[in-house]
Amino acid sequence: MLPLVLEEVSFVANGRRILDHITVEIAAGPRTVILGPNGAGKSVLMRICHGLVRPSAGRVRWLGRNGVGRQAMVFQRPVMLRRSALANIVYGLKLAGVHRRERELRGRDVLEAVGLEACAEQPARLLSGGEQQRLALARAWALGPEVLFLDEPTANLDPRATREVESIIGQIRASGTKIVMTTHNLGQARRLGDEILFMDGGRIVERAMVERFFRQPVTGEAAAFIRGELPWN
Amino acid sequence: MSGLGAAFAEAWRLLAGLDPQLIQIVALSLQVSLTAVVVASAIGLPLGALIAVERFPGRPTLIVLLNALMGLPPVVVGLLVYLLLSRAGPLGSLGILFTPSAMIIAQTVLIVPIVAALARQTLEDAWCEYEEQLRSLGAARHTAALTLIWDTRFSLVTILLAGFGRAAAEVGAVMIVGGNIDGVTRVMTTAIALETSKGDLPLALGLGIVLIGLVVALNAAASLVKEVAARRYG
Repeated sequence: MLPLVLEEVSFVANGRRILDHITVEIAAGPRTVILGPNGAGKSVLMRICHGLVRPSAGRVRWLGRNGVGRQAMVFQRPVMLRRSALANIVYGLKLAGVHRRERELRGRDVLEAVGLEACAEQPARLLSGGEQQRLALARAWALGPEVLFLDEPTANLDPRATREVESIIGQIRASGTKIVMTTHNLGQARRLGDEILFMDGGRIVERAMVERFFRQPVTGEAAAFIRGELPWN
Repeated sequence: MSGLGAAFAEAWRLLAGLDPQLIQIVALSLQVSLTAVVVASAIGLPLGALIAVERFPGRPTLIVLLNALMGLPPVVVGLLVYLLLSRAGPLGSLGILFTPSAMIIAQTVLIVPIVAALARQTLEDAWCEYEEQLRSLGAARHTAALTLIWDTRFSLVTILLAGFGRAAAEVGAVMIVGGNIDGVTRVMTTAIALETSKGDLPLALGLGIVLIGLVVALNAAASLVKEVAARRYG
């Protein structure tokens, strides 16, 4: 279904312009990290890409294979249904039209892949924050998406859970899924990104490969953002 | 004061001896009000869920209306259902006026707004939390509504209990459409009203004690369910 093309996309809420004429193409392949300060419009942009939010103006088009294909999204705060971990994955697979007999098999496979096979029967809402986020990744991964959107997937997690989540994102990427992720964390952008879309004030200010972006930011905004980050991040 | 004491004693005697008349009245009350709750849930829960997840013109008005209808006076509901079911009314041919069926219909009308309005509130709160995730997974509106109902099932039980309490405790509607016929349509509340006016306080008091005991027991059961569920499912 890739590439994804946004043409002159704007989003206005309560008179505030959150996205300002964004035109961008997101292609298959490199891991795309949408980087920027809080309030830059990263999350809204991602929701528009995923189809959860309609832009106030502009067009969103999937150009490949007539736009047919599966996409999934993992949110900053995982939303778990009041049922077992396995049942949460099975639920997603059921909505995706996966055959009944295959759902549980696939569910157990992905649970094992994210290291939660022992928690399969446990109520999802009683898992720890890190475990819930891994489960959310498993639920998305089970769908076999061509594109996976991740909105600040580790913003609420401690360093250890963050490492685990990042490693799972690596596995999902290795299985052939295009990763599009937002973060305001420079270290994470470096670790997980191939290309950076740097946003500020509702616009994409700079786009570059990771290495070049950090070594030699072109715009003043990007340079200031890189400098302004606290050293221990 | 001694009259009241004697009435209490007599009430306990009726209860302890499982007085057949008392049992029959209590059984009919339970049958009518529980059936009304089941029917009202079948209508009210999907209705509440629909209003919670759908956005349509007139929705705010509908919510205000539904909330207002929670306070429907039972006698007015009784009167409306009476007009519907009376021989000259549009549903007169059914011939169910002064039967338990008529009482079930009246109580259902009375509590559908309660179930729908309270469920709408609970489900809308849940929808705020679930909406993006469910839409991301590709859930259609009606699938999302069913998922919400299932996921908030323990909170919804409390709402159904509120509905049951309202149905079991009202007099006006069942009195008008049931007629308080001995052995046929006499329920706890109409019996209490009648026996009190006749001066037969023991039976009235016995029924009153059962009624209160029933409501307390059901609420205890509901909070137990909720607590256990919270511990098991989070």
